[in-house]
Amino acid sequence: MNLQKDKFFRNSFFCIAFVSVVAVVMICSFLFVGGMPALEKIGVMKFLLGTRWRPSSELYGILPMILGSMYVTMCALIFGVPIGILTAIFMARFCPRKLYRFFKPIVELMAGIPSVIYGFFGLVVLVPLVRDNFGGTGSSLLTAALLLGIMILPTIVTVAEAALRAVPESYYEGALALGADHVRSVFFTIVPAAKSGLVAAIILGLGRAVGETMAVIMVAGNQARMPQGLLEGVRTMTTNIVIEMGYATDLHYDALIATALVLFLFIVLLNLSFAYFKGGMFGNG
Amino acid sequence: MVNCFKMQAATTASKVLGITVWLAAGVNVLSLISLIGYILAQGIPYLSWELFALEYTTQNVSLFPALVDTLLMVAVALSLAAPIGIGTAIYFVEYAKKGNKFVSIMDMTTDTLAGIPSVVYGLFGLLFFVIYLQMGYSLLAGACTVAIMILPMIIRTTEEALQAVPISYREESYALGANKLRTVLVVVLPAAVPGILAGIILSIGRIMGETAALVYTAGTVAQLPEDLFSSGRSLAVHLYVLASEGLFMEQAFATAVVLVIITVIINGASTWMAGKLMRGN
Repeated sequence: MNLQKDKFFRNSFFCIAFVSVVAVVMICSFLFVGGMPALEKIGVMKFLLGTRWRPSSELYGILPMILGSMYVTMCALIFGVPIGILTAIFMARFCPRKLYRFFKPIVELMAGIPSVIYGFFGLVVLVPLVRDNFGGTGSSLLTAALLLGIMILPTIVTVAEAALRAVPESYYEGALALGADHVRSVFFTIVPAAKSGLVAAIILGLGRAVGETMAVIMVAGNQARMPQGLLEGVRTMTTNIVIEMGYATDLHYDALIATALVLFLFIVLLNLSFAYFKGGMFGNG
Repeated sequence: MVNCFKMQAATTASKVLGITVWLAAGVNVLSLISLIGYILAQGIPYLSWELFALEYTTQNVSLFPALVDTLLMVAVALSLAAPIGIGTAIYFVEYAKKGNKFVSIMDMTTDTLAGIPSVVYGLFGLLFFVIYLQMGYSLLAGACTVAIMILPMIIRTTEEALQAVPISYREESYALGANKLRTVLVVVLPAAVPGILAGIILSIGRIMGETAALVYTAGTVAQLPEDLFSSGRSLAVHLYVLASEGLFMEQAFATAVVLVIITVIINGASTWMAGKLMRGN
């Protein structure tokens, strides 16, 4: 009798756990069903590779936004990855225990600050800074990349630190025993051994940057044209959706959902590669 | 940490690398301090009681209605997501068999949910809750949308908290004759409460700061809501609207101060709670 009861509760908990599967399936299907008509009418190639987005004249090419997202993300990684990985190395291997007690909450707070606050900071501080030092209007690819570079730091630091900590202590001790100093032991044994986890950290940061919306909207200028340069405005896939969803109708509306679909597929691809590299980490099989 | 061999003579290259590591860490601290410092320094002078007036008018862009909307959405979203999230984590940790194909698929979907950008959640909320279920732009639609969004966060933190409870607790409970459910609910869950709360507090912070998922689900109406079916802007949406209109920058700064203070308090509370779990075990 007890066994039957146990089975009942096991199944109830299973049903609860199934909710998140249902959620993912529904998000997928609503995006597919909503985005397909636009892809059919416009044509997949025309939609993905079209260089002009002009809803008023029925031109729906999202290549400018795809490139916008890619450029902004790549530039953000140039700022964010070295600083993030080095900070993770600092936290895992260099930080004195007392300092760590302050440092960890600082990184957690950086992760907790809302993107609209980052965006606001970018708007009132970074935009004028870029405008005064580099010229242009200040709302530019460079500004968005700088801001995103800061925003992805906590993501990269947290995952990379966990990866570094998962490397067996014997690696470090072995290097010391061979005569390497602390810095060398860390950089030439621990860091290479944690490679897989570090790549996972970068991919997660990349996903965060590709998906960021509100902060980018406030500093990137948002012109819907092919990216022109570091100091010119760009529009990303995410911002395209938020800016035009308010007044879009018919094909324009469907085209925006299709934009979200492309973004979603991007993110799923990134997630799969993240899972792949995370699997290669120590302590993860 | 393990610095006992520091005495060895360091080569120049090692020294440079060592300094770079400290510099990189400094950049983190510096960017956070400048962000919070700047917003507080610029915004605190503009904080006034009028900003907390009951009504929003074009002369006085009160943030009070937005604050009420935000709290309402937090309450509704949590009452939806917390039971589901905690239940899911209990299934993963206590019931699921390791290596089961289906369980690893469920694990993957949780990761997928965590990776979906908030703007995609917003669009899904618009298509499903607002249009398909005909909720319209409403606090309810917004709350449902963010409830799905915070689900992975609650699942992951609860999982960690449950895993931190020593196996011996469970074994002793079985030895005393308790069945599985009793063991989970009466022995394991209470021991994990601080960790679960830490995760829930973090998700409150996530909802408080959410913008992209709410603009097209809860809408941007700036008045006090009548019920859950009225549209209303959250605090973060309020800040976004003020900042992008550019007419009320002083009030925008003050709103940013309120949001920053809430974030700091929430993070502090979460860290404190998580610390309690560590000490408890």
